[in-house]
Amino acid sequence: MLTKRIIPCLDIKDGRTVKGVNFVNLIDAGDPVVLAKQYADFGADELVFLDISATLEGRKTMSEMVLKVAEQVNIPFTVGGGISSVEDVDVLLKCGADKVSINSSAIKRPELVNELADKFGSQCVVVAIDAKQIDGEWIVHLAGGTIPTKLNLFDWAKEVEKRGAGEILFTSMNNDGTKAGFANEALAKLSVTLNIPIIASGGAGTVQHFVDTFQIGKSDAALAASVFHFGEIPILALKQELKRNHIPVRI
Amino acid sequence: MRIIIINYGAGNIKSIQFAFKRLGVNAVLSNNVDEIKGADKVIFPGVGEASSAMKMLKESGLDKLIPTLKQPVLGICLGMQLMCNSSEEGNTKGLGIFNVNVKRFSNAVKVPQMGWNVVSDLKSDLFTGIKEKEFMYLVHSFYAENCEQAIAITDYEIDYAAALQKDNFYGVQFHPEKSSLAGAQLLQNFLNL
Repeated sequence: MLTKRIIPCLDIKDGRTVKGVNFVNLIDAGDPVVLAKQYADFGADELVFLDISATLEGRKTMSEMVLKVAEQVNIPFTVGGGISSVEDVDVLLKCGADKVSINSSAIKRPELVNELADKFGSQCVVVAIDAKQIDGEWIVHLAGGTIPTKLNLFDWAKEVEKRGAGEILFTSMNNDGTKAGFANEALAKLSVTLNIPIIASGGAGTVQHFVDTFQIGKSDAALAASVFHFGEIPILALKQELKRNHIPVRI
Repeated sequence: MRIIIINYGAGNIKSIQFAFKRLGVNAVLSNNVDEIKGADKVIFPGVGEASSAMKMLKESGLDKLIPTLKQPVLGICLGMQLMCNSSEEGNTKGLGIFNVNVKRFSNAVKVPQMGWNVVSDLKSDLFTGIKEKEFMYLVHSFYAENCEQAIAITDYEIDYAAALQKDNFYGVQFHPEKSSLAGAQLLQNFLNL
């Protein structure tokens, strides 16, 4: 049986992890390669690296980081942040990234999804969507969730699926940073509306939140950052609890 | 030992090369017929769309070469699918090494299958030291049907062939290079053949 995936997300700036990471016994917690290896050993199913560098040099450092991660880590990983062309993706995949995640660039130019799917295959095209529920409607937001668009979450998700996206990474801005649980109602609706895998993001605070997003939210994978980075939820213990709840996991 | 990864423009070759490097082996990329013929082991990778990958194979004449190879050959993911009779993806005629057809999952399940699933009914030296129901990482929308040449089965919608073998030809649908320690074991087993 296909298992549900647990995905730690690492924010990267100029080739270094930025958000505080608090692991014991780590020589360099700012080194994404060291962290990635650690997560792979702890039982993470996949990793996401989000590049938040604002400069061209920062982006160049990102491809060097991808090469180092691919060299040392034996689980799949996705790279996102600032990707806006076929050429950008070509570089990252050649460095060994398994998937890329695009967000604002797909909203600005939806054809990019088709171009990437045609050239590299749907399996490596993740479309990340940041959305916020406003007056009952889920509105897609741009630029890290700061600028509202006219797009409805479910319509936009359906459109990128048609254009060739292989997976959706949905972050609820209402839930992100709250540690009050994932946006399971919207996630379940996405999962039923679409026929590609859905990654839940935003709101993880407790083990029960993960149980809920798989059982109620029908998510295929769950992504989180701080609960993993600060050791609040050890991945192995999380997976054991999911298993006790009859959720299929790799353990 | 000389390991060649066939480089015909399809797929995440770097990850495979790195996986062998982690085993202490230098795998070389090549599309040169003589180099491939002279290798001890050959890896036939592939990610992407079947008909365009087959087109690239034909352009380099490798479609003729691969079925004649005598040393152990390991097809990975789309590489394995192209070694079959045909694929529904782009109505592609395959190399015909494995006597099985490749079909698309129905919309009763999410497509692509993406993530870790188990392999069972393990039947070959390729799986030495790998336990029944071990987890492997898969990303695919098309699958080879269960058949006589299947040496491993995975269940997603139906039981399908997760790995195939005919004589010196091996194929795996999953990505050993991304399947943690069990994947590394499989690559080591291939080197040991």
